Amino acid sequence: MSSVALEATHLAKRFGRRWALRDCTVSIPTGRVAALVGPNGAGKSTLLRIAAGLTRPSSGSVHVLGGAPGGDNVELLTRVGYLDQERPLYRGFRVEEMFRFAAGTNPTWDMDTAHRYVERLGISLRDRVDGLSGGQRAQVALTMTLAKLPELLLLDEPAAALDPVAREDLLRLLMSQVAERATTVVLSTHALGDVASICDYLVVMSHSTIVLSDELEFIVESHRWLSAHPSTATLPDGVAVVEERESSRDVTVLARLTEPLEDETWRVAVPTIDEIIMAYLRLGASSPGASSSALDGAS
Amino acid sequence: MSAHGPSIHFRLDARSAVAPYRQLVDQVRQAVAGGRLHGGDQLPSVREVVTQVTINPNTVHRAYRELEHLGLAEGRAGLGTFVTESPYQSDAAAQYEQLSQELRKWTQRAHAAGLDVEDMTDLLGRILNRDARVLS
Repeated sequence: MSSVALEATHLAKRFGRRWALRDCTVSIPTGRVAALVGPNGAGKSTLLRIAAGLTRPSSGSVHVLGGAPGGDNVELLTRVGYLDQERPLYRGFRVEEMFRFAAGTNPTWDMDTAHRYVERLGISLRDRVDGLSGGQRAQVALTMTLAKLPELLLLDEPAAALDPVAREDLLRLLMSQVAERATTVVLSTHALGDVASICDYLVVMSHSTIVLSDELEFIVESHRWLSAHPSTATLPDGVAVVEERESSRDVTVLARLTEPLEDETWRVAVPTIDEIIMAYLRLGASSPGASSSALDGAS
Repeated sequence: MSAHGPSIHFRLDARSAVAPYRQLVDQVRQAVAGGRLHGGDQLPSVREVVTQVTINPNTVHRAYRELEHLGLAEGRAGLGTFVTESPYQSDAAAQYEQLSQELRKWTQRAHAAGLDVEDMTDLLGRILNRDARVLS
């Protein structure tokens, strides 16, 4: 069994003159729930579509569950579930008819899972797709993706535009599947609150490339807010500045540490994951393509 | 109290700087210290927890492992995770009570000195952070 669920190496995708992805290298281990965050147009959807085999990269390579995605790789298709906001439901169908259709076209379909999940969501098998709310349609679409029992789920903003209750129900359904089957999930989201609650791996994208990716816990552990008086503010070696704020009294930096800070002149505070994400997004926005050199240059 | 339903309802503050698994560990510790959970009580299964709270199941596993490591819970094969029977639990509850009384007195003094809730939280946070650095 491969221990890497999604591996991209120098992945690039060009649409005409525009680079949707540039030099993307990332390795997401199996069993993780990985969040893909970043502004619209950062390349999240393109990365997911390439991983699902729906789009071919212009250069670089991608492997999912140890294989190369693509239309001809049927064995891999059954092991990977992909869902975007198109939500492929047939409006005239009843939920049970959708399920029967899916059962006939998916060799790994598990009808028991499908029934259990919609029952839990309070949706009847007799309900017609047109009669469902937007939230319920999203829930049925996810149920259908989950009932294929994929090893890897690629979800493009699965909870976007849902009301708070519908999104909670949907995310709990997703987490139930993870609890029962140890499914690997890679999902894109704009809701930073979801990252801390359901994700344990984080990939931050900005300007068509990846500016940060690692275990969420490691990311939080290795970043600290450091404050000091400007006259004493000299950062020790091995500390990279992600963001800097200055007041007349204080200089405050969000620092990436490679080892515990021994220097007592700095006041230390633990950043929230939202603060870390925002700092990397600002870093990517202020110096597109130069994020890594900005970090390397700090001392 | 109902005989049915989980022994503890976890909550998760996604905005907190405290790691999610640590939040669960703290809630069990506080429930034990406050006498709401007792030795032998079964903690909800990971599958139960993810239907209660929108949380990553790996986080729940992690929290339960940490509770076992701390000696506060024990996994019983095929049965689940249970709060440990401990002769020190009554001591812990008494100690907890004494500490909260002392803190209550301190907050009264702080209030009289003009500190509001945010000021006190900030001060405590600073002291704890400093301690954390010394300890780790």
